[in-house]
Amino acid sequence: MRPFTYARATSIDGIHAVQSATGARILAGGTTLYDLMKLGIETPGHLVDVTSIAGLDEIRSHQDELIFGALVTMSDAAAHPAVLQRAPVLAESLSKAASPQLRNMATLAGNLLQRTRCAYFRNGPEYPCNKRMPGSGCAALDGLDRGHALFGGSRSCIAVYPGDWAVALAALDATVDVHGSRGMRTLEVANLHRLPGDTPHLETVLEPDEMILNIRVPVGRLGQASTYHKIRDRESYAFALVSAAVALELDDGMVRQARIALGGVATRPWRVPAAEAALAGQRLDRAAALEAGRVAFADARPGQHNGFKVALGTAAVADALMIAAERSPSR
Amino acid sequence: MSEHDPSPHDRSHDLSINRRDVMLVGVAMTGVTLVGFGETTAATPSAPVARPEMNLTIHFQVNGRPIEMSVDPRASLLDVLREQLDLTGAKKGCDHGQCGACTVHVDGRRVASCLTLAAKMEGRAALTIEGLTPADGPLHPMQQAFIDHDALQCGYCTPGQIMAAVACVQEGHASSEAEIREYMSGNICRCGAYVGIVAAIRDAAVTMGG
Ligand SMILES: Cc1cc2nc3c(=O)[nH]c(=O)nc-3n(C[C@H](O)[C@H](O)[C@H](O)COP(=O)(O)OP(=O)(O)OC[C@H]3O[C@@H](n4cnc5c(N)ncnc54)[C@H](O)[C@@H]3O)c2cc1C
Ligand code: SF4
Ligand code: FES
Ligand code: FES
Repeated sequence: MRPFTYARATSIDGIHAVQSATGARILAGGTTLYDLMKLGIETPGHLVDVTSIAGLDEIRSHQDELIFGALVTMSDAAAHPAVLQRAPVLAESLSKAASPQLRNMATLAGNLLQRTRCAYFRNGPEYPCNKRMPGSGCAALDGLDRGHALFGGSRSCIAVYPGDWAVALAALDATVDVHGSRGMRTLEVANLHRLPGDTPHLETVLEPDEMILNIRVPVGRLGQASTYHKIRDRESYAFALVSAAVALELDDGMVRQARIALGGVATRPWRVPAAEAALAGQRLDRAAALEAGRVAFADARPGQHNGFKVALGTAAVADALMIAAERSPSR
Repeated sequence: MSEHDPSPHDRSHDLSINRRDVMLVGVAMTGVTLVGFGETTAATPSAPVARPEMNLTIHFQVNGRPIEMSVDPRASLLDVLREQLDLTGAKKGCDHGQCGACTVHVDGRRVASCLTLAAKMEGRAALTIEGLTPADGPLHPMQQAFIDHDALQCGYCTPGQIMAAVACVQEGHASSEAEIREYMSGNICRCGAYVGIVAAIRDAAVTMGG
């Protein structure tokens, strides 16, 4: 592993200055960054540990909004009563991710910025990979693409964004507050990650000196009737083969509003507005739910080994809609 | 800039990063001790290999014992426990957070020690399988239950399983077999001793009052 200096920040002031002067990277739980440093894929010369900064590990439940500090751990957020009650899709996206040990370590901001699990990316220089080494090619395009994207891929990269939490956040129109040398700004989670295009090594729209401080989730009429439905190769402790984050507002069995985002099948968290529109004004029954699932996957572009995800994902969306509907205060 | 690059450090950035709240916790590179990203100097990137003087000093507790030691900034808690403190109970299975063999408790919560940077242990307390009960005392109820239920074969995963299982009960996640399976899913057993492991945890949960 490349040597690095380690600094511990006790306040957010000055972190961006250190980052722009030295190229230092933020270290939170380290479950992505340290993992990839061990593999020689991340090679920062300087780390700034932000986990001792006070006040960024709180969850606040306001009337129309849940606010998560960047340093809240996955396990604390997943177990928080207001989150469980007001937006189960969020709690489930976290409790169905990683393992109890990792959820105790990993932070909510770090989670958003986790990197792909593409085996060619992780396994190092014997494979071409445009994300790891721009211009080297993509081993997955003609390779084992069972875990690769059906949506959002390019000729340069078809790596799946593997996280669950960001998918749930995208479904609820969440935003992040970001702090850097240009001051504060707010970004939509759904637009935080870039499509790979010709530059798959550029994964988000964050500047190198920007730090996420808060994650804000509007929860009003939408939230309670929601679920994160995650299909995996094994029952637990695996990344999604396909997942559906769904939130509904129902009125007497009719859909007033539906939100659907897909995980495990796209290069970034993937909202499917066409499927949402297909449900609006409909009575939600199994047939309507399946039709929404079909619409969600209508534009899928499977490769050689991941075509099974179209049928699997269609059913997952339908099941998620039915589970969410059960939770509606007004069915 | 390489290790041998004699060019003087460009101090033009230093003023802009002269912030005391970003505190470097004692790192030396290319012979210069850094006390902060501020006045002293910013670090020289890309020193080729770790040298002893690059170590940093951390203060933490292991199994109730206060420890001050020098660690390589790159070291994991797992490596420090095993290689420097001779506590070889926690095992290295995958070194990437995937198997649970390295599970220990930090400040009362179970973590994967292989993905915990030792540098992050400053001011914290680790509990390993060696510290679960006093050395001359009886076994912990969870250890006894693993023996009673034959909850192991080769034993490599066992210290991690037991530390995870103790946490699982303490968290209140051992109320049913299904819940135990879910909350123990971070611990892989290559020998497939899962049936015994679940039975042991159910038993110990009662003894532990969980
Ligand atoms: C075995 C294994 C299984 C996993 N399974 C799942 C799964 O099923 N589902 C899932 O969703 N995830 C899974 N993960 C991923 C895990 O959830 C992430 O690694 C974790 O959430 C990252 O958070 P962290 O705090 O450890 O981030 P770090 O590793 O500390 O940081 C990750 C990145 O974010 C940057 N960063 C951190 N905090 C900030 C901030 N506040 N502002 C700006 N940048 C920041 C860092 O610089 C780094 O680039 C798994 C990981 C492992 C190792
Ligand atoms: S899919 Fe992307 S990450 Fe995977 S090998 Fe191709 S370029 Fe690399
Ligand atoms: S060695 Fe840490 S999880 Fe496998
Ligand atoms: S007893 Fe052998 S790996 Fe679990």
